[in-house]
Amino acid sequence: MLKTFAYQSQEILFFAVRMIRALFSRTIYVSETMEQMYLIGVGSLFLVGLTGVFAGQGFAYAFTVELSDFGATTYLGRIMVIAIVRELGPVLTGLMIAARVASGITAEIGAMKSSNQLDAMVAFGIDPMKKIAVPRLIALVVMLPALTIFCDVIGLLGAYVVAIFITHITSTQFWSAVFDRLIFGNIFVGLLKPVLFSFVIAFVACYKGFTSEGGTKGVGRATTESVVLSSILILVVNFLITKVVFSLIKGYL
Amino acid sequence: MIELRNVSFSYGDQPVLRDVSFTVAHSESLVIMGPSGGGKSTILRLILGLECPQEGEIIINSDNICVMKEKDKRKLRKKIGMVFQDGGLFDSLTVGENVGYYLIEHTKMSYDEIEEKVVKMLGFVGLDADEVIDKLPEQLSGGMQRRVAIGRTLLSTDPKIMLFDEPTTGLDPQATKKVLHLIQKLRDEKSISTIAVTHQIVDSFAIADRYLVIHEGEVAFDGDVMQLRDSADPRVLAFLSPFRDSFKAVYERKFIGG
Ligand SMILES: Nc1ncnc2c1ncn2[C@@H]1O[C@H](COP(=O)(O)OP(=O)(O)OP(=O)(O)O)[C@@H](O)[C@H]1O
Ligand SMILES: [Mg+2]
Repeated sequence: MLKTFAYQSQEILFFAVRMIRALFSRTIYVSETMEQMYLIGVGSLFLVGLTGVFAGQGFAYAFTVELSDFGATTYLGRIMVIAIVRELGPVLTGLMIAARVASGITAEIGAMKSSNQLDAMVAFGIDPMKKIAVPRLIALVVMLPALTIFCDVIGLLGAYVVAIFITHITSTQFWSAVFDRLIFGNIFVGLLKPVLFSFVIAFVACYKGFTSEGGTKGVGRATTESVVLSSILILVVNFLITKVVFSLIKGYL
Repeated sequence: MIELRNVSFSYGDQPVLRDVSFTVAHSESLVIMGPSGGGKSTILRLILGLECPQEGEIIINSDNICVMKEKDKRKLRKKIGMVFQDGGLFDSLTVGENVGYYLIEHTKMSYDEIEEKVVKMLGFVGLDADEVIDKLPEQLSGGMQRRVAIGRTLLSTDPKIMLFDEPTTGLDPQATKKVLHLIQKLRDEKSISTIAVTHQIVDSFAIADRYLVIHEGEVAFDGDVMQLRDSADPRVLAFLSPFRDSFKAVYERKFIGG
């Protein structure tokens, strides 16, 4: 178990290096990249928005109960920024995209592999790494931070609704507290995370697709593994960033 | 020219080919036959450099494809056309985009120019261009898909080597005749070296300069049609026994076909 995990980590790392090298080659397939951006970005808006609004409201409600014990409900905005911009927005968006996009990428590449389409591509002198993997990587790196910002905004709006109708604080009290904490450090951490998550999702999903074996059943298994592994790695990376980056730029928080 | 020197290959720990050696000369056409699972498709994959053998060498035009840089491999592959056993059509692209794939990817031809060539090629492989060009591969029958795959490979500019993995399986007699004629024409007019894998022994008479019988990963026979007829190797005899009658028929020139 540990051995296969170590072996697989190493394989994914090698794969990641190849993918990065392909990223910096001269051939970039622009129309594929655009198509993927559209599919990943626009296609996930509704899901991410829904996630944002319910997470924002849920947390705002929970914090309201807690803060009112101390008569500190005017701090709600500050806490919401920390909770949503720094932690929940990136992590929830990352997990949602891992579920929706990583599975799609792995299944698509796996199906192409099992029907010889990848080999046919190679036979026609096309590198699947550049044609399939890199456009998805670029699309994720651009779209995941954008979706995270979208999730943050919707999440804060959801919290705002709770603040007005349940917490009973004024609009000004809520938003001035929000902008108090919307400072460089929080925004930086909140955007660094989705950038790193996007690499995690792209590496894992493409790797699992390209290495899937054993027909339809194998593709199904690879798809499940792809979602599970990228989700776990997102949580691990999230912890590491919160821990490491935090201690490095503490002065800005 | 294609040369395999003492090639042994296994998928993981499952041995597939053992000590296979043969050559295909310039503008020669070789037909590979043999029981299912013997490793025929694997040989074609090795020649394309999709896999590399654990032992032995594969030399194409005096270069060992397995030690080449990726860039040179890609350049070489542009000179090799391959029709995969199951077609390998791109299922998210239309038939027209499939057939024009090489031109779209590797040339700066205009859309109209490519479309004109695609329409012509579809007609050439016996398909009604107006009807199929905008369809997806999955909307075609198996035989039609095969013809699209052949058209796609033929429309890649200027192959010097053609590899056909069971090109006539699933085709009606008329289309079969057309494809065989095409393979002959490619060999005679463009001096292309051809390797065709086929089970249809009668079809193969039209195109083969030489035969190779692969049996459980080993070369059981290598020679021309006369030697094939006279071969006493039990593996060859076993493989040919169902075709004895058609063999005779061809020789007596009474009729062609089984
Ligand atoms: N991707 C793969 N992984 C593992 N084993 C494989 C793979 N592809 C083929 N094999 C095995 O290699 C052997 C040879 O397969 P190959 O496809 O070359 O046979 P073939 O002679 O083309 O058969 P057929 O006439 O049925 O097409 C088979 O035993 C097959 O199980
Ligand atoms: Mg085969």
